[in-house]
Amino acid sequence: MAKISMKVNGRDVSGEVEGRTLLVQFLRDQLGLTGTHVGCDTSQCGACTVQVDGKQVKSCTMFAAEAEGAEVSTIEGEAAQDGTLSAIQAAFQEHHGLQCGFCTPGMVMAAKSLLEVNPKPTEAEVRHHLEGNICRCTGYHNIVKAIMAASGQDVGAIAAE
Amino acid sequence: MYAFDFEKPTSVADAVVALKDEDALALGGGQTLIPTLKQRLASPSKLVSLMGIAEMQGVSADGGTLTIGGGTKHAVVAAEAASAYPALAALAGGIGDPAVRNRGTIGGSLANNDPAACYPSAALASGATIVTDKREIAADDYFQGMFTTALDEGEIVTAVKFPIPEAANYQKFEQPASRFALVGVFVAKYADGVRVAVTGASEEGVFRWTEAEEALSGNFSPDAVAGLAASADGMITDLHGSGAYRAHLIGVLTKRAVAAAG
Repeated sequence: MAKISMKVNGRDVSGEVEGRTLLVQFLRDQLGLTGTHVGCDTSQCGACTVQVDGKQVKSCTMFAAEAEGAEVSTIEGEAAQDGTLSAIQAAFQEHHGLQCGFCTPGMVMAAKSLLEVNPKPTEAEVRHHLEGNICRCTGYHNIVKAIMAASGQDVGAIAAE
Repeated sequence: MYAFDFEKPTSVADAVVALKDEDALALGGGQTLIPTLKQRLASPSKLVSLMGIAEMQGVSADGGTLTIGGGTKHAVVAAEAASAYPALAALAGGIGDPAVRNRGTIGGSLANNDPAACYPSAALASGATIVTDKREIAADDYFQGMFTTALDEGEIVTAVKFPIPEAANYQKFEQPASRFALVGVFVAKYADGVRVAVTGASEEGVFRWTEAEEALSGNFSPDAVAGLAASADGMITDLHGSGAYRAHLIGVLTKRAVAAAG
């Protein structure tokens, strides 16, 4: 076991981990931040997407020890303290960008990562960016629409309702 | 996943020492190794992370050569190689998905030598030099078959040196679930000739399509390879495509790459 320390959603945290402890296990089991989901556990689905030092990663495919000293952002850090949703979360709600909601934390964190570097993406850029995030409910159209709306763009012309 | 010790040295020299333990393995971004460990297909006694080694990071162009540190992530190559070697940057920007590109490294990809990985085709088509902690290996000598390279146990890919071509392009026919190449073709044109490397297709891993190289070295146009057909012998046949289908794709993608390279 080794002691690790990092900053999660702006808060200094530390814990004891094994070499094989995944970042997602540290977040969920030790910090109680269960908003980050484990979907496939095979690096395919992206439900476990978080940001490490501002970069989108799959927390099921990174060891907790690799995040030593890093700044980690999870879905729990998105809404304001009073519960007000972030622009991306509000757009997912408004445009019905979720059904069961299991993939949504990963989708929101992926969308956040895209909009931070590309504030006005095209529909094609949004779809390309979501290649590592799988949703089995929505068929993606409303997720794409929500992300476009969150970027402040007109979504009237985008695919199916 | 079985238990293992974890070390994260900050220099190549320390990593070399750490890797001397029996059953120690180097860890790059872990985008292949971590899923492999979860499947219990590997059981190292110790993982030595190479991600904390500053001297293995970064992209730099000097004269006609682009040097990429072995620990450089795909997303960094996609952004920082774009002006010096756009075809290579585009290849890096098409690997996996955004999260994979923020962890996976060029050294990890080349050390693993997955038969459907993208980077081996770029290294072979560019006649790149694989720099390790103890020597420099020409790409033509480095790739030795599926998941097999010239690396010794514990040898670390510290950098890769790419001669910058006059024109180049990579065409990947994606296997949509894995986003690995069902077939990928990298074409690079240099003053002394054209090199064509194919990934995803052969049971022997990445290889050079020499017939196409000869045809294109005389006439760098899609028409030059129109009459050529890659042999289906030794091509991978699986549920995603037959060997004959993959062989056909080699020709199609080579033409597209030449057309796109201009």
